[in-house]
Amino acid sequence: MTWTVVLPLAVGSFALKALGPLLLRGGSSTDVLTKVSALLTPALMMALIAVQTFAVERSLQVDARAAGVGVAALAVWRRLPFVAVVVLAAATAAAVRALS
Amino acid sequence: MPPCGWKPYFGAAIAIGITTGVFGISFGVLSVAAGLSVAETCAMSLLVFTGASQFAAIGVVASAGAPVAAVAAGLLLGVRNAAYGLTVSPFLPRRLVPRVLSTQVIIDESTALALANPDDKTGAFIAGGVSVFVFWNLGTLFGALAGSGIGDPSRFGLDAAFPASLLALVAPRLRDRSAVRAFLQPGLPIIVAGLAILPGLIGERA
Repeated sequence: MTWTVVLPLAVGSFALKALGPLLLRGGSSTDVLTKVSALLTPALMMALIAVQTFAVERSLQVDARAAGVGVAALAVWRRLPFVAVVVLAAATAAAVRALS
Repeated sequence: MPPCGWKPYFGAAIAIGITTGVFGISFGVLSVAAGLSVAETCAMSLLVFTGASQFAAIGVVASAGAPVAAVAAGLLLGVRNAAYGLTVSPFLPRRLVPRVLSTQVIIDESTALALANPDDKTGAFIAGGVSVFVFWNLGTLFGALAGSGIGDPSRFGLDAAFPASLLALVAPRLRDRSAVRAFLQPGLPIIVAGLAILPGLIGERA
């Protein structure tokens, strides 16, 4: 009976994703729209990073994740390769959790 | 020497796919625990294919909420994909069928990979999307079948790997001045407000 959740959510999620690509198919995307969305996307991503780092259900918390992401930020600044950044973040968070 | 046809972004695409695959396992476990069947769980990952929306929807189902509330929670978290759709639209395939298929993988990871590879946005977007799609769905199936015998992925620090991977992809883009302004103008007050309430929250927990 949970199909009543799965199917409407599938249709709605696809509609959200397809909105831009199908409306702008003719290459009619205006400069303003492209520019706004190009700026909006990194802003959305930074917000998402903050939520994933600090959110616990409906509150904020500084925990092992913050340590992991902090080390990742250092690694990005030192221009380490992508895989190294991700592995360092996970290892730091796991170590902090194991020690605390 | 890398094999013929190997693109520089393939490594990042595979790494991000594996990370999401592990979360796919925990989605499969939680979804079955919330009362969805294995078929419903796998259909959700194949058809909805937006991690945050899926977790939100099964969260409502698990707490015995109405189906309408579960769908609404999922869609609310899916709204950001509409913004990504506008961003990736110019470099998606032009022909209708490939274009419609590629819209299904408009998610955080594929969009971030495209942003991080301005020389081959289309290739990076597709590589990221396909990698995450494959690993996310394999993980979901595995988790749904294995049930609760699997440990919590956060024990291995994977909950930190996720924001770290997005940071690694997006941070270099912030060297672009106008992107920094776009982030700071609406974002700074929220960050300051968030930091201001943080000590209170921590004090409450201690």
